[in-house]
Amino acid sequence: MSGSPVLALRDVTKSFGPVEVLHGVSLELRAGEVLALIGENGAGKSTTMKILAGYQPATSGKILLDGEEVTFDSLHEGEEAGIVMIHQEFNLAEQLTVEQNIFLGRELRRGWLLDKARMRRLTREYLDRVNCKVHPDTLVSRLSNSDKQMVEIAKALSRNARVLIMDEPTAVLTGAETRILFDQVRAMKNSGTAILFTSHKLGEVSEIADRVTVLRDGSVVHDGPAVEISEDAMATAMVGRDVSDLYPEKPADDVQSDVMLRVRGLDVPGHAAGIGFDLHRGEILGVAGLIGSGRTEAMEGLCGLRPARAERVEIGGDPVTISKPGDALDHGLCYLTEDRKLRGLLLDKGLRENLTLQALHKFGGYLIDRRAEERALDQAIADFDIRAGQRSMRVGNLSGGNQQKLLLAKVMQSEPRILIVDEPTRGIDIGTKQQIYTFLRKLADDGHGIIVISSEMQEVIGLADRVLVLRSGRLAATLDGDAISEDTIVRHAMGVGADSSERVA
Amino acid sequence: MTTETLNPGKGRTLPSMSVLGPVVALVVLLVIGTLLNANFLSAANITNVLARSAFIGIIAVGMTFVITAGGLDLSVGSMAAFIAGLMIIVMNAALPSMGIGIPIILLGMAVAIVAGILAGLLNGFLVTTLGIEAFIVTLGTMGIYRSLVTWLADGGTLSLDFGLRTFYRPVYFDGILGISWPIIVFALTVIVGEIVMSRSHFGRHCAATGSNEHVAHYSNVNVNRTRLLTYAMLGLLVGVATIMYVPRLGSASASTGVLWELEAIAAVIIGGTILKGGFGRVWGTVIGVLILSLIDNILNLTDLVSPYLNGAIQGVIIILAVILQREAKAKG
Repeated sequence: MSGSPVLALRDVTKSFGPVEVLHGVSLELRAGEVLALIGENGAGKSTTMKILAGYQPATSGKILLDGEEVTFDSLHEGEEAGIVMIHQEFNLAEQLTVEQNIFLGRELRRGWLLDKARMRRLTREYLDRVNCKVHPDTLVSRLSNSDKQMVEIAKALSRNARVLIMDEPTAVLTGAETRILFDQVRAMKNSGTAILFTSHKLGEVSEIADRVTVLRDGSVVHDGPAVEISEDAMATAMVGRDVSDLYPEKPADDVQSDVMLRVRGLDVPGHAAGIGFDLHRGEILGVAGLIGSGRTEAMEGLCGLRPARAERVEIGGDPVTISKPGDALDHGLCYLTEDRKLRGLLLDKGLRENLTLQALHKFGGYLIDRRAEERALDQAIADFDIRAGQRSMRVGNLSGGNQQKLLLAKVMQSEPRILIVDEPTRGIDIGTKQQIYTFLRKLADDGHGIIVISSEMQEVIGLADRVLVLRSGRLAATLDGDAISEDTIVRHAMGVGADSSERVA
Repeated sequence: MTTETLNPGKGRTLPSMSVLGPVVALVVLLVIGTLLNANFLSAANITNVLARSAFIGIIAVGMTFVITAGGLDLSVGSMAAFIAGLMIIVMNAALPSMGIGIPIILLGMAVAIVAGILAGLLNGFLVTTLGIEAFIVTLGTMGIYRSLVTWLADGGTLSLDFGLRTFYRPVYFDGILGISWPIIVFALTVIVGEIVMSRSHFGRHCAATGSNEHVAHYSNVNVNRTRLLTYAMLGLLVGVATIMYVPRLGSASASTGVLWELEAIAAVIIGGTILKGGFGRVWGTVIGVLILSLIDNILNLTDLVSPYLNGAIQGVIIILAVILQREAKAKG
């Protein structure tokens, strides 16, 4: 592609206290090249990126900028050198406008006053370049995640970034938004920017990256041109074992078992109307649909988490009324939220408190039986392969995959017979994904009923026995057997006749 | 990523600063007090300090729950004054028909308890069901109760009938085995409060609600009921504190219970409960109350610093406590 590296790491190690998390990492970012840095959660991707951007110092090894060794004493020096990092959790001031954010800390002035006219003109220009339609005066807190991502990129453009580092930029984007992002990435690449990004979506890596560097347990295990490595090979390199059979085998028999959950005429005001479906024993039912199709809201309504009405809900053949979360749990129906950080786990509490919160009544009468809680935690750590440094650590310090496993362990404490999981593998690595898929299938085989809501097409297709497709708050189709394919799901999710090349998100 | 390895050994060897800080401060105060005045450790002085701490202490235990669940109650001082006024009016009015005796005292106590619970429920209802900020709601009710007691007293003082007062006095001044009733009630409140906070489902639900109410809701915790209960419980404890307080002076006026809310909140925060909610400890609150009382007591016993500067010293301590909390959080 092009010549000498703009930014490079040479034998960089990083230790937190006595624990070394990066063992001699070397990598190179070249102008006009997109490097994908991939690896499981905990492999050291974030640490590597933070060292590159000057957020954290390396413990040993060199950072080379244009071939010269540099040390960034502060984030500011990194930015001065033209290195911009976009965080997964965004670095935008929520209460400021888009324009104020783009120029935050480097406002243009004319004499003593702000040069608002020029900032407005430039803001519009940057936003146009990323094809983002928001008004410069919109408060960032009112933006969707994808718009925030675009504003971050506009901000990077305004800083004339020579090196752009993006931590999972597509995790919160829909298919169409990912397209726009990638177009922009290509444009920046062609104008000579060096780009590094991480993603758990290996299809995207193949599509956009020129080079792929794979990290495993803090070491580089593969580095080479993207065209020379298949997605399967990437996954194998990341995990260190073969994961080609990511999804567990579906049961062969077509014998319909009894209906565990029957829903008719479920209305969630403002989000969904007239939803009806059956869930059979031992079945995994997928729920697909575009973001905003009411998937999450319908299931939350069903579980009493938000106001909803239903003509009829039957569990195990008996009609039930569910008006609050406790009712659902009493009937063995449990919902696992898509947002583990804001709705799933208490990030500043320990593992034990989180594990037992939903089923606290199981642990002692009036007073909590701590020893029973500890035993439950032992069991959960073993059953779900939760890897925590210490039992007393804050859950917020766990990696995403371990948080998700803890969340799964938490909802299983209430011993549901019917489990609704929403985006069970969002933002987690492929090895953990496989563990979660295996667990869900095993639950189904043991006679539970499972509903999986997912934006990942492959996940729905690979995991579900039948698929409900929602569109604009209504049930668009129920698919089973060979009818479950990307094409059919997309057509129903978008409305028949729509452009089926659009990816369902 | 891999942040699980960030805090090796934390919390295993030594208790953290947030635990140690208040305890050390209390010990330092005890040492200073002993050095400055020989009478400091006398039974009479200790009893006096504890008895005077009891009102704020009982309220502060309730406040610990409210703050842990993510709330705040500024109205407790005014509420205490209003309940005291109400008790006195009811007891004086019942005197001709009931006469002096235990029944009329029980009536007064019942009035205090019921009024406290109702006042707490009102705060809780406005905060939870109507969804108004706790700061605003209790700022409002603080003004309302203060004004009501001033109005009931017609700008002056409401006094309990002299005979009744003499009969009621032992509730503050007597006790069992030389330990006065307020101290006993305070101790019982603390023991029950500590167990409820650290060992019961309700305590866990309070911490979960204060930590993240969305997570609590999705985990089948009834967030509104939990919050409502904390306010009702605090109201009840304000009632209990007032029952102990009325026999001490036998009167209530516009200046009764002024700034109690600040002392109670300060004690809670000094004790290590997090102001934003999510974590609380009742024993810490007790230490906070004792620290505040001891400072007052030491200033009164010695003439190094004017007792008029008591408020300033308390203010400094509150700010220090919050700084320590923040450091502990940054490290943790």
